[in-house]
Amino acid sequence: MSIWEYTPAPESRESARLRPSYQMFIDGEFVDGSGTAFKTINPADEEVLAEVAEANESDVDNAVRAARRAFEQVWGRMPGRERSKYLFRIARLIQERARELAVLESLDNGKPIKESRDVDIPLAAAHFFYYAGWADKLEYAGFGANPRPLGVAGQVIPWNFPLLMAAWKLAPALAAGNTCVLKPAETTPLTALVLAEICQQADLPPGVVNVVPGAGNTGATLVAHKGVDKVAFTGSTEVGKEIQRTIAGTKKRLTLELGGKAANIVFDDAPLDQAVEGIVSGIFFNQGHVCCAGSRLLVQESVADELLDSLKRRLGTLRLGDPLDKNTDIGAINSAAQLEKIRSLSQIGESEGATRWSAACPLPERGFWFPPTVFTGVSQAHRIAREEIFGPVLSVLTFRTPDEALAKANNTPYGLSAGIWTEKGSRILWMANRLRAGVVWANTFNRFDPTSPFGGYQESGFGREGGRHGLEAYLAH
Amino acid sequence: MPTESSRLSVRKTYKLYIGGAFPRSESGRSYPVSTPDGRFLANASQASRKDVRDAVVAARKAFSGWSGATAYNRGQILYRIAEMLEGRRAQFIAEVADAEGLNDAESTVDAAIDRWVWYAGWTDKIAQVTGSSNPVAGRYFNFSLPEPTGVVAILAPQRSSLLGLISVLAPAIAGGNTVVAVAAQDRPLPASTLAEVLATSDLPGGVINLLTGRTAELAPWLAGHMDVNAIDLTGVAADERTELERLAADNVKRVFRGPEGDEPDWTADPGIGRLTAFLETKTVWHPVGT
Repeated sequence: MSIWEYTPAPESRESARLRPSYQMFIDGEFVDGSGTAFKTINPADEEVLAEVAEANESDVDNAVRAARRAFEQVWGRMPGRERSKYLFRIARLIQERARELAVLESLDNGKPIKESRDVDIPLAAAHFFYYAGWADKLEYAGFGANPRPLGVAGQVIPWNFPLLMAAWKLAPALAAGNTCVLKPAETTPLTALVLAEICQQADLPPGVVNVVPGAGNTGATLVAHKGVDKVAFTGSTEVGKEIQRTIAGTKKRLTLELGGKAANIVFDDAPLDQAVEGIVSGIFFNQGHVCCAGSRLLVQESVADELLDSLKRRLGTLRLGDPLDKNTDIGAINSAAQLEKIRSLSQIGESEGATRWSAACPLPERGFWFPPTVFTGVSQAHRIAREEIFGPVLSVLTFRTPDEALAKANNTPYGLSAGIWTEKGSRILWMANRLRAGVVWANTFNRFDPTSPFGGYQESGFGREGGRHGLEAYLAH
Repeated sequence: MPTESSRLSVRKTYKLYIGGAFPRSESGRSYPVSTPDGRFLANASQASRKDVRDAVVAARKAFSGWSGATAYNRGQILYRIAEMLEGRRAQFIAEVADAEGLNDAESTVDAAIDRWVWYAGWTDKIAQVTGSSNPVAGRYFNFSLPEPTGVVAILAPQRSSLLGLISVLAPAIAGGNTVVAVAAQDRPLPASTLAEVLATSDLPGGVINLLTGRTAELAPWLAGHMDVNAIDLTGVAADERTELERLAADNVKRVFRGPEGDEPDWTADPGIGRLTAFLETKTVWHPVGT
């Protein structure tokens, strides 16, 4: 099949307003801190983007103390209608600086500009806009007549949706009257630091939001800090368990949004063209760096060949390359370490006997890249059917009956999301009822909205983000 | 010694309640139970690790049926439990008085029965109170509803042998969970009698499994069990909770830490916190179009 050639349509790198170095944000000020500065690179070409201050133990301590002061003296006692207006301001400032944030996100993370532009940044603004409106309506949220904030929230976020995850964490916490210390991921700290600047531009009182960049140690220090009342973490199940152990025996409240191995289930009566699009957005959106990715395709045996042919044809049209090119569908893998993990699990997939197919797309010479890949002949025992790969790798299993599909879908310690493709309404509802997952997408996949609660069952974590439900994690009741 | 005019009473053997049956502990162990002032009451079964595991298997087996039952059906069964309790009211008043050293256990037993009735009414309302339709920015129908977490391990309160126990059991099963509970260690007999009520109330076997024995011995097996989804630490002393919480992290269990300090006043309005503690929120999306 011939494919239209596109001429390059790169977004201007200048709009990111990259600076050679970024400081941490504590008590309303950008400061150097006392850790050892680290470099953040562009995963698409491995060039250094900037040097970033690292928060060590004393910086984290300063941040928590600043947050405590701000909670006790300003934010915790401020009328909800005033907090609300600050959050609306932040939402507007994100919208105003959307292009800058989108380009910066794509540079730092490697995701295609069309995704950062159309998904990450608009949703981040929408989250602030949504929770802004809750700040003065908390008594109507269903968590008692006198809902109160918890205090200081320590929030640790991942690298896959850097600004969006910051918004998911900060917006409900601030609306509920808490103050925050946010630890962005080591490989993607930049947009969170621009968000800190946005907090300044919004005249947010000092200490209400603090941003402490760093790696795992910084996060562990924050989580363990005695001055933190609430811990919220998004990331791997392994680290989530460690955090749950760390806070054992304390009074800290905890919410965890962890890994997944979602089943995307296609029945023989599904509109196959739409299902193919859903499978593609399910696992190849954001290079598969999505905890709720539809990484296990369960397809009914009678349509498996037809569907896979069509899927492979579609994958052949995906454009992999420069994240800043507006035509790019698949960007760079976020880091060398992540690329290594994807490669290693893919090799295990082959050695365990599954059949590997990768789209024939040329990979750039520099940077971290992995082609869209499909494994067929996968059994439930294979590691690529059980473990989260967190990359553009789809494992295909087949089934004959709805019961079998359900049993295979639920055969996982995770439980974050699932997908169902069928034209039969009663079957959708039957499946949706029985799938042990926090989000079920029927005839769609990977949709997100600030009003829609998101979070997992079982080892995918607990607590919900988004919607009225998302307030519960930040309220004493 | 019986005289001609009095008859020797037939005593009951107090056993475990697992999967709808009444086994002794597989370990063969028992322990003496007395009133607070030291009068011997009975030998209770002293459950073992194996009993814990059997109980978890039974609870897991019962989960799909119980969670899949209609809320109306669950409500009727919970109400039936209250009916059966009412029928044994006098027996419970005597047993709770013995267990807790009360002169008059009437009000606490009445409160316990009324609590079942209260939770019976919640089964088909909690989804309306905690669920929602979510106005997403796009052409999708999107709704959220509560679903049971799964198998819940409950370390029952140590003092309130019936009202406290019921106050922790009823909300967990009202939401559709199945339960493995360890009764108050030194006051286990009302729990054993409650098991007889459960067995005659149309509650499917395995929905509630009741163990008696040493809380400190059994709790770690429950906290670390990979097929238990949540744990309620109410009956565990505050300083013993840390290790259990650590074990619970092995499979990311939901932990209900229980009250700080003393046991709460179980007669107070319980709120819905114990219902929602063992409920997950599921959100479903579907496109809207012609």
